[in-house]
Amino acid sequence: MKLLFERSRAGRGLSVLPPLDVPECPIEPSLRRRSALDLPEISEVDLSRHYSALEDRAYGVNDGFYPLGSCTMKYNPKINEKVAGLPGFLRLHPMAAPEDQQGAMEVYYRAGKCLEAITGMDRVTFQPAAGAHGELLGMLLIKAYHRDRDDAARRKMLVPDSAHGTNPASAAMAGFEVVSIPSTQDGRVDLEKLKEAVGPDTAGLMLTNPNTLGIFDENILEITRIVHEAGGLNYYDGANLNAVMGVARPGDMGFDVVHLNLHKTFSTPHGGGGPGSGAVGVKAILQDFLPLRQVEKAEEGFRFVDPPKSVGAVKSFYGNFTVVVKALAYMLALGPEGVREAAEGAVLNANYLMRALEPGYTPAVSGPCMHEFVLTLEQLKRETGVSALDVAKGMIDRGMHPPTMYFPLIVHEALMLEPTETESRETLDQAAKAMLEILDQAHKDPEALKQAPITAPVRRLDEVKAARTPILKYTRE
Amino acid sequence: MGGYIPSTHRERREMLSAIGLSSPEELFGQVPASIRYPEFSMEGGLSEMEVQREMEAMAAKNRVYESVFRGAGAYDHYIPAIVGAVTSKETFVTAYTPYQAEISQGILQSIFEYQTMICSLTGMDVSNASVYDGATAAAEAIHMCVDAKRRVALVSEGLHPMALQTVQTYADGADVVIRRIPLKDGATDLSALKSMLTDEIACVLLQSPNFYGQIENAQEIFAQAHANKSKAILSMNPIACALYRTPAELGADIAVGEGQPLGMPLSFGGPYLGFMATGSALMRKLPGRIVGQTTDLEGRRAFVLTLQAREQHIRREKALSNICSNQALCAMTAAVYLAAMGPEGLRGVAEACHAKAAYLREQLAAAGLEPVHGGEFFHEFLTQCPVAPEKLLDALKERGILGGLPLGEKILWCATEKNSRAEIDRLVAVVREVIA
Repeated sequence: MKLLFERSRAGRGLSVLPPLDVPECPIEPSLRRRSALDLPEISEVDLSRHYSALEDRAYGVNDGFYPLGSCTMKYNPKINEKVAGLPGFLRLHPMAAPEDQQGAMEVYYRAGKCLEAITGMDRVTFQPAAGAHGELLGMLLIKAYHRDRDDAARRKMLVPDSAHGTNPASAAMAGFEVVSIPSTQDGRVDLEKLKEAVGPDTAGLMLTNPNTLGIFDENILEITRIVHEAGGLNYYDGANLNAVMGVARPGDMGFDVVHLNLHKTFSTPHGGGGPGSGAVGVKAILQDFLPLRQVEKAEEGFRFVDPPKSVGAVKSFYGNFTVVVKALAYMLALGPEGVREAAEGAVLNANYLMRALEPGYTPAVSGPCMHEFVLTLEQLKRETGVSALDVAKGMIDRGMHPPTMYFPLIVHEALMLEPTETESRETLDQAAKAMLEILDQAHKDPEALKQAPITAPVRRLDEVKAARTPILKYTRE
Repeated sequence: MGGYIPSTHRERREMLSAIGLSSPEELFGQVPASIRYPEFSMEGGLSEMEVQREMEAMAAKNRVYESVFRGAGAYDHYIPAIVGAVTSKETFVTAYTPYQAEISQGILQSIFEYQTMICSLTGMDVSNASVYDGATAAAEAIHMCVDAKRRVALVSEGLHPMALQTVQTYADGADVVIRRIPLKDGATDLSALKSMLTDEIACVLLQSPNFYGQIENAQEIFAQAHANKSKAILSMNPIACALYRTPAELGADIAVGEGQPLGMPLSFGGPYLGFMATGSALMRKLPGRIVGQTTDLEGRRAFVLTLQAREQHIRREKALSNICSNQALCAMTAAVYLAAMGPEGLRGVAEACHAKAAYLREQLAAAGLEPVHGGEFFHEFLTQCPVAPEKLLDALKERGILGGLPLGEKILWCATEKNSRAEIDRLVAVVREVIA
């Protein structure tokens, strides 16, 4: 398919602006841009069709089953998009006076109250723009807390080896030394190893619960107690909150700070990789360190306040506002019972699908799962040469988005499936049937699977070439 | 209730029994009983119609102005209709990060096109797929420059105040020191800079036009930085890039900026777009997603996420950054906007912004609001205000005009291509009334 630049024809374009109605005002010649500005010159019809063609070459939640583990690809309700487009939200200037912003501050305030209730935390901030951004803020809060207590020698952040890669990366960005804690085979925290690891240099622990194997760590109260007794704080990676919202709260599990991915658990769309929102909730002990510009309700209305010992800002302004608008609309629809039902539905769908796959596939951990589960295809690979990647690509030819592959790192030939609560029983039955057929094909005709996908707009890509000789922009021939 | 779950209660019971359970509570046997099913109260449980009413009521409590003369980091530009039409396409809105390249070519190609356009605008060789906003782009750029020896960044006080805060917060995390270069007459003080350049300075970060609208003498400042073997980072308004010398022409090693002017509505501060581009020398230090061109099995051109060895999912604590989700749909917004405007159109926007601001500045001066700085400016400028700024701004507000941003006794004004001459004249008439 052509690039926009290849559709460009000199002199074409849209007529957007009226003629200038004030005197021209040329800038100082020495300040002028020297090089030509190479942007496409394209008619509106060609531009419009270009993106329609691109849309045909992509796959969204509405195109079918999207069991991408750890990403919670639930349906994105249309009412959320509609209200996020209200002019009162879209056209509001972020530097307008407080009396002009009352409705927007109310959005932040009410969304914060909902999330405080769901997580069991005392205060929520919406400044971070994505999950990893929330993690960075959480780490900075923990750092500020220890510093404030003249306990800055606590420089070690404990991170299980099953954690998302963002966890150790975020800890490192906040200046912590990352200590990897080995997991047991089912991805749970090894209590003995944890006890050995904690000490006077422990700043905290980062944990995902349910973990990246889809298992709720039943030792959670013991784990958070061990860290607390050593003087550290507990950080909850909320990427998997969809499994337990309304059923168990990180605040009750012993966590001091939590980030949530509104673009996962709270149904806001992913936009092909963002914008998201990484809301962060904290217990009262961390409240004074929250970022600048927190919404507070006062007698005369809502206002922004700067917490007394704030870590500063992780972003301009207040957050990815319209993403929060969508999340609030979702929470207003669900309410406390809907929130719980969503978690129950997610866990039910995952267990149902896992059971339906068991005639052929091996879960990495036996027993029930939470909202997602991990399969290990190690045996299949040994027997047939067909890898987790091949099976994933085979799923594309059967109309599905593949699961998360090769994660967590502690499982070999891993496929991680998260069906979410918004899929029907028929969809799960069909998916299981298709995946079992792929297994059958792996035994009968493994070479065919290695060719998959054959129905997608392109075949498998040469990724090595892409990295070895990087072509990162279009250059005219 | 639970409105987005397709299966009925009966179906759910059947599914439960298929896995040998009789109630949903049994799904959570791993959760300690003491913390299972807590009491909690939150609002909600509304029908769609009620949700719409609630949200509309909140939107109605915000004041939207037809006539906007305030910028300060968020700019009210005209957005062609094609932009929203493209970026509201369902697949673009709902897709995840394009990990599965074979069914994500549409997203990947759109990012590749975006990267190309950012390189055109800035004159740089390589762009990433976006970061959260202009402020985080600046913070990440500093991180690209520091090493074991050079751990101090010099940052101009002309940077947007919230970007300054963000840069400081990121630096605190990484144990990097930020020193602020003072301003003189609204622009970075070159002689102060000279005295601050030592062998621990990793980089110099400037914004141009700066927060007060002034065009910085970036070329001279960057020459000083380079003579000290420090890197040069320029945060630039992307629309100004169409008219003024590019970051590359000014000698920047890294170009960053707030991409909001490229087709994103004001939206109370977000989602916006942080763009980042650099020369090929620093390519492998650039954080975030990057899309590259390659071929598929049949030799067709195709696109894929590449150079991933820099990223958190591979390198974990040794990664260049923790960034995972970025602002992909905002990057697409910028690309559609840039393609819709084209080179002539974008230059037209930039020229109109400057001409309108010049006219506004001249008219305000005639009405008694003297400009504070005499240097070159793009579309923002600071004026004195002989009365309390609040008094003037309130009077403007009564006529449906959002005036400039009050900064102490002064006001920071902005004009864009959207402000007509008639609008400016109306504004100035109110100013005359209030001052008289």
